[in-house]
Amino acid sequence: MIGNDVNVVLPELVLVGAAMAVLMWGVFSKREVGAQALWAISALFIGVGAWIALTGRGTDAAFNNMFINDGFGRFAKITMLWSGAAVLLLSKPYLERAKLMKFEFPVLVALAMVGMMMMVSAGNMIALYMGLELQSLALYVIAAFNRDSLRSSEAGLKYFVLGAISSGLLLYGMSLVYGYTGALGFAEITDVIAAEGLPLGALFGLVFIVTGMAFKVSAAPFHMWTPDVYEGSPTPVTALFATAPKMAAAAMITRILFDAFGGVISDWQQILALLALLSMFVGAVAAIGQTNIKRLMAYSSIGHMGFAIMGLAAGSEAGVQNMLIYMVVYVTTNIGVFAFILNMEKDGRAVTDISALSLYSRVAPGRAFALLILMFSLAGIPPLVGFFAKLYVLQAAFDAGLGWLAIAGVVASVISAFYYLRIIYLMYFGEASEALDGKIPMLHMGLLAASAAAMVFGIINMFGVEGYALSAARALLG
Amino acid sequence: MVIATLAFYLFSAVAVASALMVVLSRNPVHSVLWLILTFFSAAGLFVILGAEFVAMLLVIVYVGAVMVLFLFVVMMMDVDFAELKSGMSKYVRIGSLIGLVILIELLMATGYWSGWIVADMAPDMRAAVTPALEETQNTIALGSILYTQYVYLFQAAGLVLLVAMIGAIVLTMRHRKDVKRQSIVGQIYRDADKAVEMIDVKPGQGL
Repeated sequence: MIGNDVNVVLPELVLVGAAMAVLMWGVFSKREVGAQALWAISALFIGVGAWIALTGRGTDAAFNNMFINDGFGRFAKITMLWSGAAVLLLSKPYLERAKLMKFEFPVLVALAMVGMMMMVSAGNMIALYMGLELQSLALYVIAAFNRDSLRSSEAGLKYFVLGAISSGLLLYGMSLVYGYTGALGFAEITDVIAAEGLPLGALFGLVFIVTGMAFKVSAAPFHMWTPDVYEGSPTPVTALFATAPKMAAAAMITRILFDAFGGVISDWQQILALLALLSMFVGAVAAIGQTNIKRLMAYSSIGHMGFAIMGLAAGSEAGVQNMLIYMVVYVTTNIGVFAFILNMEKDGRAVTDISALSLYSRVAPGRAFALLILMFSLAGIPPLVGFFAKLYVLQAAFDAGLGWLAIAGVVASVISAFYYLRIIYLMYFGEASEALDGKIPMLHMGLLAASAAAMVFGIINMFGVEGYALSAARALLG
Repeated sequence: MVIATLAFYLFSAVAVASALMVVLSRNPVHSVLWLILTFFSAAGLFVILGAEFVAMLLVIVYVGAVMVLFLFVVMMMDVDFAELKSGMSKYVRIGSLIGLVILIELLMATGYWSGWIVADMAPDMRAAVTPALEETQNTIALGSILYTQYVYLFQAAGLVLLVAMIGAIVLTMRHRKDVKRQSIVGQIYRDADKAVEMIDVKPGQGL
């Protein structure tokens, strides 16, 4: 029996084993093996992602339904693994320049990835919480990875304290749900709700759970930590925060809401609608005054999470499907944007002020054009993929009777276009200033170009993501 | 039965009061001591529930190990807690108001005034996983499920601890080149031939 269970969690086990092997290698090796460890872990991410993509079929449950391997979980895992690999590969030059190239970095990222995979596959409150803690703890550490920098330590500590508060809220909510429904497994909770409705106390628990999760996805009004953590962390860590963990958190909130509370959609719909509304506007308005590109991307992520949550608030199959598409597009765009940001430097020093981008199009027209496409896509300007991603979630919200939310989304999107366009304005029409250095490694150039190309050519058929997202949504709701 | 009820109220009242004192006391060492009292009261509550193993764990692990470590850290760190807390008085009014509102809401919705309405199936479902106290002991009951039914969570907890360990080492350990370290192998293979050197000092010349 245990053999079957182990087969279901085999990809996670392989990652755990590899992380420990790399850890031992790093500890006992005489040389610094940071770079090799990083290559090895990223290759493993790509391999495990391909393995899940090629062999994953149907729905399996393991360990008394604590771990569920279904289409939804696999979709999220593949996105997380491949984006995690891309970010790891991108981070190598930066880490070497900042003298942060230690083997612990890829090990911690691998363990965080295991946590994320446990989160999106959880079938039980405790399993979900353990995955979340594994992920969060590893991320707190890498936020403070540049321990000689005050900013980085501050980022790690702030993230840790607020993360601990949100975990507390989450646990309190889970205990209320357990107390009032008598169940921790998502399937059992669904059964109890189907038989007797949602007890009022469990509804309170649900509110606490959503609040705790809103912290993790950095949805307003629980977003305060995001700009500081994004700004203070080393840039590769910021790039990681903006990709895989965002997908994991969005998938986790979807999993718990639909798997455990799928019978009482109307009870949580309004909470999510409010979170979406606030996030979209906070992301749009607060980013206008930012001059640091990392803070700007933090507010951008808050706004984009608002749109993703709007898809969830629809509470329908189309809503989940479009949320997944939205997240994939967002993650892909962010990989390109951070491939660019990681190389913003002047005389060997990293620059994060957006004024440094002035007239960048004259220094490197190709890269400026790629960034232009990505910014247009983030702003949701047709005919790029970012526009269709936004359109789909708006459509889902509108069809679910949340017309007002869809209209608010359009307004917020227009406001947020301002700061994306300002970057483009600076690059093409800004005032002359000392330009950034013109060097960029091949890999970064490749990922930047690929990400920008995906935004343009994806409009043909979205590379088939729609179909996969639909089957993922069916696996969750069906 | 009466004694158990009385003990319950005694332990819970002490737990709540000492938890408040953890936050309110000015001296951080006192905070830690109040926290120890909170843990003891919680252990008492566990004993009333019949979970004596968890109660002992709480006393041994939290009070015995974690809190003592805590006390060391608080005493060693040079942090002006009084200054840190001076900011608290600014928010204490609004904070306690919000806390009070949430407390009343919780009481109205989930607690006493709504009659503790839980799902009809809930008490049975919660009781189903607990074996009868007469049949088995805490330790045996825990041991028989921890490594079988809950092995997934047990291993996950192990991973969380591993991450905590890696994190602590990464963030604090520094390889200092100028520190002299003990080399046990070097010590073992050292003998009189290598350690003692005969030098023939000529008169009037020195070394």
